[in-house]
Amino acid sequence: MTSIHTRMGDGWAVSMTRDELHRDLRAGSEDAARRARIPALDDADVERLAEIFCHRGRITGVDPGHEVVLTKDGCANTLYNGQMSSGVGIPLSREQGIRVMERAFGFDTMEVGHPDYSFKPAKPLLALEQLAMEQAQLDCIVPLFYGAMPNMGLYYRPDGPFANPADLLPDGRIEEARAAQMEAIERLREDMLYVGRGLAAAGADGIDFDTTASAGDAEFLATLQAVETLVGSTDMAIEVGMATELVLGFHGELEYAGTRLAGLWPHQQLRVVEAAGAHIFGPAVTTNTSRSAPWNVARACTFVKECSRVATIPVHANVGMGVGGVPTVEVQPNDIVTRAGVALVEVGRADGL
Amino acid sequence: MSLCHALASGMGGIRTTGDLVARMQLRKMRLPQAKRYVADKLGLGVADLTDSTIMRELREELDIGVATGVPLAAKGIEAKVRIADLLGIRVNCVERLARKSAPVRVKASGLT
Repeated sequence: MTSIHTRMGDGWAVSMTRDELHRDLRAGSEDAARRARIPALDDADVERLAEIFCHRGRITGVDPGHEVVLTKDGCANTLYNGQMSSGVGIPLSREQGIRVMERAFGFDTMEVGHPDYSFKPAKPLLALEQLAMEQAQLDCIVPLFYGAMPNMGLYYRPDGPFANPADLLPDGRIEEARAAQMEAIERLREDMLYVGRGLAAAGADGIDFDTTASAGDAEFLATLQAVETLVGSTDMAIEVGMATELVLGFHGELEYAGTRLAGLWPHQQLRVVEAAGAHIFGPAVTTNTSRSAPWNVARACTFVKECSRVATIPVHANVGMGVGGVPTVEVQPNDIVTRAGVALVEVGRADGL
Repeated sequence: MSLCHALASGMGGIRTTGDLVARMQLRKMRLPQAKRYVADKLGLGVADLTDSTIMRELREELDIGVATGVPLAAKGIEAKVRIADLLGIRVNCVERLARKSAPVRVKASGLT
């Protein structure tokens, strides 16, 4: 019986039979379909995924002609950052790193981003971010975004000025938790607009809101409001990359464009992001480390395929560590990383990664 | 990890036409439309967009930036000025360069 080498969502190797592979592919897809009330992958999609995972080569790639555009979060932190970003700790400046990514590695777009990759720490250093963008724009050919995470958690105590909903909610202090989130929305939105306008003036081609809604529906609302304002007042393209497949309702009653934000799945998140005027949407599907890579990839493809079906803007599926079927492990196994990306292109029909 | 994705699934950036197709996606074009648009502007078939042999020659001919270090070839923003013209699009930093390149007039009492 043929044994297929693959991995679990935590990166550890495992062998499966063809039957086990098919079972996990269908189970992962059905999990997504059941939760989000969307179609599961059809037989042809499952067979294509099986083909990808049965491929004997160590790595795999898309079929010729199916190549997609890559947008990159985190600037060149793959090179100069440390373990926390799975970076390799090479002492390069951001400008040098961007040139390496553009010229040596053939990236389609790049980003300027602060090493502490959130709007709150970047805001007081706007002048330095602008200088980096200006210099990089003189030197680069590929489109250059400015990227940062809304990361509303930084606005709550002990890191920020507002009461922390994570402390208030377990005590049943729901109205206080909601009030704190409303205050944080105002502050976060203004910070994102301040940074966004500054980078637009510096010549940025776009701005990437990364891991949006990591702190739930309040963070999502602040980001959508900032997107709407920046779209109306700058020429920048706006990319909204999500944190995970479900928007958590830490507030629970917030709406944008008549849609309640808590509980939105990727194909629904896409709709409000489009309504805000964004140019690219990045769905994220969190990897389950207790499940196999085929299970996780099939699940991610199911969510992304529905996004791609209904989208009017490009869909760039998130395929960083721990999302999009990519294992949650510090040193990424190339066999699964390439398979996850190929699957999201060939089956998920993503316009990019 | 990102390098894996670039090799396995990416268009290849300035080695081919990845940067050009990306610029059209920044204008909300979905991938097939963006590829078709760029292919038409270059006079190519869509399948040629990721052919690095074809594109190395064409990019040098059009002087829109090449991946290797070629003296006298358009670099950085020089290439983007030409790309904006080729694709018929506005590029933020190119617009800024035009503003910064306006003639400098010196008044008797200071700079204009």
